[in-house]
Formats: sequence, C-alpha cells, structure tokens
Amino acid sequence: MEKKNYTVSIYTENNLGLLSRIAAIFLKRHINIESITASPSEVNEVMRFIIVVKVTEAQIKKIVGQIEKQIEVIKAFYHTDEETIYQETALYKIRSEDFLDDHNIQDFIKETNARIVTVTKKFFVIEKTGKRGEVDALYDKLKPYGLMQFVRSGTIAVTKNEMPISGILEKFNTTNSIS
Amino acid sequence: MEVKTASFGEKTSDKSVTVSGAEAVIKCLLEEGVETIYGYPGGAIMPVYDELYKYQDKLHHVLTRHEQGATHAAQGYARVTGKVGVAIATSGPGATNLVTGIADAQIDSTPMVCITGQVGSHLLGSDAFQETDIVGISTPITKWNYQITKAEEIPEIMAKAFYIAKSGRPGPVLVDITKDAQFASLEFSYKKCSGIRSYQPFPEVNLLEVERAAEVINNAKKPMIVWGQGVILGGAEEELKQVVEKSGIPAAWTILGLSALPTDHPLNVGMVGMHGNYGPNILTNECDVLIAIGMRFDDRVTGNLEHYAKQAKVVHFEIDPAEINKNVHADYPVLGDVKQTLKILQELLNENKHEAWHQQFKEMYKTEYEKVIKGNMDPTKPKIGMGEVLQEINNCSKGDAIIVSDVGQHQMVACRYAKFNKTRSNVTSGGLGTMGFALPAAIGAKMGCPDRDVVAVIGDGGYQMTIQELGTIFQTKVPVKIVILNNGFLGMVRQWQQMFFDRRYASTEMTNPDFVTIAKGYHIKTGQVTERSQLKDAVQEMMECDEAFFLEVKVEQEENVFPMIPTGAAVSEILLE
Repeated sequence: MEKKNYTVSIYTENNLGLLSRIAAIFLKRHINIESITASPSEVNEVMRFIIVVKVTEAQIKKIVGQIEKQIEVIKAFYHTDEETIYQETALYKIRSEDFLDDHNIQDFIKETNARIVTVTKKFFVIEKTGKRGEVDALYDKLKPYGLMQFVRSGTIAVTKNEMPISGILEKFNTTNSIS
Repeated sequence: MEVKTASFGEKTSDKSVTVSGAEAVIKCLLEEGVETIYGYPGGAIMPVYDELYKYQDKLHHVLTRHEQGATHAAQGYARVTGKVGVAIATSGPGATNLVTGIADAQIDSTPMVCITGQVGSHLLGSDAFQETDIVGISTPITKWNYQITKAEEIPEIMAKAFYIAKSGRPGPVLVDITKDAQFASLEFSYKKCSGIRSYQPFPEVNLLEVERAAEVINNAKKPMIVWGQGVILGGAEEELKQVVEKSGIPAAWTILGLSALPTDHPLNVGMVGMHGNYGPNILTNECDVLIAIGMRFDDRVTGNLEHYAKQAKVVHFEIDPAEINKNVHADYPVLGDVKQTLKILQELLNENKHEAWHQQFKEMYKTEYEKVIKGNMDPTKPKIGMGEVLQEINNCSKGDAIIVSDVGQHQMVACRYAKFNKTRSNVTSGGLGTMGFALPAAIGAKMGCPDRDVVAVIGDGGYQMTIQELGTIFQTKVPVKIVILNNGFLGMVRQWQQMFFDRRYASTEMTNPDFVTIAKGYHIKTGQVTERSQLKDAVQEMMECDEAFFLEVKVEQEENVFPMIPTGAAVSEILLE
C-alpha cells in the first residue's frame, strides 16, 4: 500500500502529558511525525491536535484507533490532503541591506503574496502563509541572500466534512450528570 | 485539572472531614472496597505508610521483597477476584521497579492501580534524590496515569483511577503523588466515578452486527470458536457456554482464555497458538467461519498472518474498537461487551451438533495423543516429564485449584495439561511473557481466593528472578504451593537453540543453588522429587499441607514442548515432533 500524507485531527481534553501519550503511539511504531500543532478548538475547553504523518492507510487507521483509545481523547479523525484545507506559516528574517539593495527580493514578496511584518534598521521579517510548496519556494528564493533566520509552523488544517464533536459531548452530558 | 467526569448518584461519604493527603489516599482505597494492597515503603511515600500504620486493622498491607513482586501480587489478586489490584511504592527506584508489572498488566488487560510517592513539587525537575519521571516512563504502558501535586486533587483522581482501571477493557493506572501533597490537608469527601466524557468503555451494541454474525454462524458448515480473556474479563463464561452448547460449535482458547469453560467440556477442543493443540491449530485453516470472542489475534496465536484462516469468514466479538481489524480482518465485527453480545447471539443461533466436523477435532486429538501426549506422560522414560507433574497435581486438585504459571516450557505444559473446572483459575503472564511473574502472582492469588488451593508451577530460571518473595510468604504465612520443575536450563530458549541454532546452548545452562535449602531458610516446608516413584506421594503431601509448601521436581533436562508452530510458519504447519 502506498504511503502518503495523512492529517490526523485529535480532539482532546486539555491535560498535562497527553502530548507525550499521543507522541508515544507514533514512537512505538517507529513512525516519524512530519508536523504537529496543538491549539484550542471550536468547542469550549476542547483542544485540537493536528499531526501530519506519511504512512499507509492501513497504518493510519490503526494509529487513529490507538489514539482514540487514550482516555482523554474525545475523538480522532484522519484525512488525506484532498479532504482538508491546510496551511503552514513561515517567518523569514533577512538583512535590511539585502532587502533594500536588491529589488528581486521585493519582487519575490509581491509575487508570492508574502507580507512584511517587521522592519528595523538591521532586519526585515517576512511572513508567508500557504501550502508547504509555496512556503518552500519562497525559502529557495531568499536562501541565496543569506537568511538570518527561518522557521516554519506545523500544518494546520480544517476538513471539508463536518467533525461532530459537539454531538459526542452533548450525548455524554445528557446521559451522565457532570460534576 | 479539568476533569469532565460523572459520579454515582450519592456521595459515598458525604460528610467532609479535614485530613492529610496521605490519609485521603487510604480513605479512597477503603471507599473503593480495597482490602489488600502490596507494596514497599520509602522516603517519598512515607506519609502514606504512616497512615497505613493507623489503618492497619482496616487495610491489609503486604510487604513484598521487591516492588516488582508487589505489582505481580496485585495482578494475581486481580486476575482471580476480578477486583482492582493495588500496588504502592516510593519514588525513583521504587517506582521504576514497578515498570515490568505495569507493562505486564497493560498487555494482559489486568485492572491495577499503582500509587507512587514523588519528591516534593518544589523539587520536581531538580534531579532531587530518588526523583524519577515515572509519569513519563509509564505513559506508554498505562491505560492512564496522573501526577498529583495538590492534596485536594486526591479524591477525584483516585476515583477516576479505579474507574478507568476496571471499566471496559481493564488495564493499569498509575497515580504519582508528590510528598507535599501527601502532607497537605484537604476537605475529604468521596464520590465514585461513573463516567468520563472522553472515554467510552462500553461501546453501544449494534443489534444489526449481532444479527449478521448469527446468520453467518447459522449457515456455517465448519464453524470454530476461539475465545480469549475477554470472556473472563466480561464475566461472560455462562454466555459463552450457552452459545457453544446451543450451536454445537467446537471451541478453542487462547492462553489467557483458559478456564473460562471447563477443561472437560465436550466442546472444549483445546488451545490455539504456538504450543497449542494440534486439532484447533490445523483446523483454523480449514474452518469456514472463525468466531473470535474477546481475543486479539496475538502473533503467538496466529503464526504467519499471510496464511491464517484465509479460507474463513471471520466474526470478531470485541469490546476494544482498536482491536478490530488490527491483525486479522474481521468480515463481521461485533463491537461490544461480550456478556451483552453473546447473550443476544445465543438467542439468534440455531441448535446444531456439527458432529462430522467435531469428529475431525477428535481424530486430530488422537494423532496428538499418539505423537505427543502419550510420550509426555510415559512412565517408562528414564526421567520425569513435566506433564507427569501436572497430571499428579490434577489427580489431587480434581481441577479445582488455581494454577499460577511462570514463563517458558513449564508454562506451556501447565496450560496444556492442567485441568480446570472453574473460571479465573489460570493465572499466567501471557502477552509480556514475564519470567518471575508466578511466585508473587501466586501470593496475590491465594490472598484473593483464600479458600482455594493455589499452586504455582515455575521453572528454575523464572523462580530465581523473584525468589526473594519467599520472604513475603514466610512473613505472611500465605499457604501457597510452589512447584519448581527443575531442568537446569532456561528450557524454552534451549529448545529454540536446539531446533534453530544448531544446538549451540549459549547461556542457557544454569548452575542452580540448593533450592530446598533456600526454602528451608525461609522456614517453608519442603519436598524434593528426584525419582518418579516419589512423585505421587510428594505432590499429595504438598496438596494436603495447610501451610506454604515448596516442592522441587528434578525433571528431564532436555525435554521439548510440542506441538510447535515455528516462527513465521502457518498455524497449519504445526510440528508434532
């Protein structure tokens, strides 16, 4: 079976140690995590992890099963790139003199819809949000000028289909008295 | 922390009282109905031990001789009673010594709560004396774990720990409590946990799934059941029996499913897997419908998955959704607690006998008897065989004893030949294969079932891994029977060396001490058998003794366990010799 990128979305309680519990599931199977982010989700007090891994569909199904088994995981889903809207953000720090002296750089920024977020006497910080390929393309263009710093975020993604988290939580609330 | 939990209607202890965190821990255990705990004191858990001193008439603490022993004893207790086993230890090495038992309980789904002391919260991360990140260490081998740094968290976390350990597919939970949280005081009131919003231990049964399963089973010509420990954990022994008897389907067991159906039941066709019985292994690859009940298709059960039951439609009754399609594709998955699903199934099944099909199992048993069993029990061989010892134990126990086995050849022999009439009578380390498990597990088993005979059958290798627990037996006077099948080798590894490594016996021969003298040092009654003529009387003396008893049997040094499915082979390629 062919390996491809899968985006795993995990809705969880906000608990200490859950990140390492989830990471351990990948480690146990010798699977490298391509990117990972954690943030609040659309549901109050519910966290959302987005993990991207390159595996087969058979593998990802089993991994999601193991993730869902963790006590504080409310629900986990996996999706292919086609099923999600996904973005990454990168920051590029370059010397002000390079920026000002070379019109190419200014052109790159315009062409790629990147944004200047900070300007100082010594450096410029440029931000680019987009697909991995777009972020990488700008990196390749700026690299010859000697990037002072570069950092790229993990992938964040929303799915085209609905993810019925609120329903799951409501069901628990109606069948149990919450303390 | 934010805990989205639900609780049983009324608080079990309504009046709130001011107590220390340490006392709260004990009160929580009492609220959960815990009577016996196993542990070892040390600096970071001393406040709790101080409270144990005060509560010693209410809560029985068993001082094991090593923390690993505490976990295995708690496991043995849990396995025979179905209650949650409790082990307690200090921080650092005390906590790390629990790791093997926790991993064993995780893979064998044993309900256990481990409580560890931790350095004061102000010292966390400072590499303080006996500081170890036990929450980090135990994360991949626990069902859940948590570090308590504030005394007021104790009641809710302990309630959650017990609920998680025993609900759904059971497992081990570790609660780490900093020393300052043990000293600090809190207003104590206790509510048992009855639900956690992110955790569904009992998946809803989909009636359609059971109906589909029933249909395919009713239409089967050569159906076969393989049940596992899920039947025991779900308390579904009676439901299994009714399904088997109504449908007339031959039923085989995994090592941890053993004893859920009596050995003598006419439809019990024996063990599947690497050293299982000939018939059920061969016929796994001939049946038309394979009905898996509360089992997880471990690699020791399936052999080569590429050649496992490919001809069969697979029906899988399972409580843990992650187990369905994990190793073997289920054509007809039935998610749910087997106690519920088997009950519904039973009503939907047609009565049947499957006589011709069952006859095939009987024929294969005859083959196995001639080629393997007869030889195992042959009284004319120069040395005593391990099977003969089990046969003598059966003769005395009549199948009513709890048999606790360790790991290796003797374990396979014990599981193949021990006779069982009652459920929860076979205690062994299945998934993890933990040598050293049996001696402490037998202590816990006997304390859990004081009215039953508990016989630990152990090899000379595994025995020496936790031999210090003889001290626990001496101190508590727990009347367990210990049988050492001494062949002077790490027998299972030696067998593999003989078969697959050209008889290069690397580090498997053991120079053993005088085991009888060691047992005598602990003032335990002893017996020793070197000749077959002594065996019957010695076993009888042990079984009739109302104290702890140690029996060493010198068995054939190079006996091999057969049948055997070599690694990588198909179940149908099982070897008889």
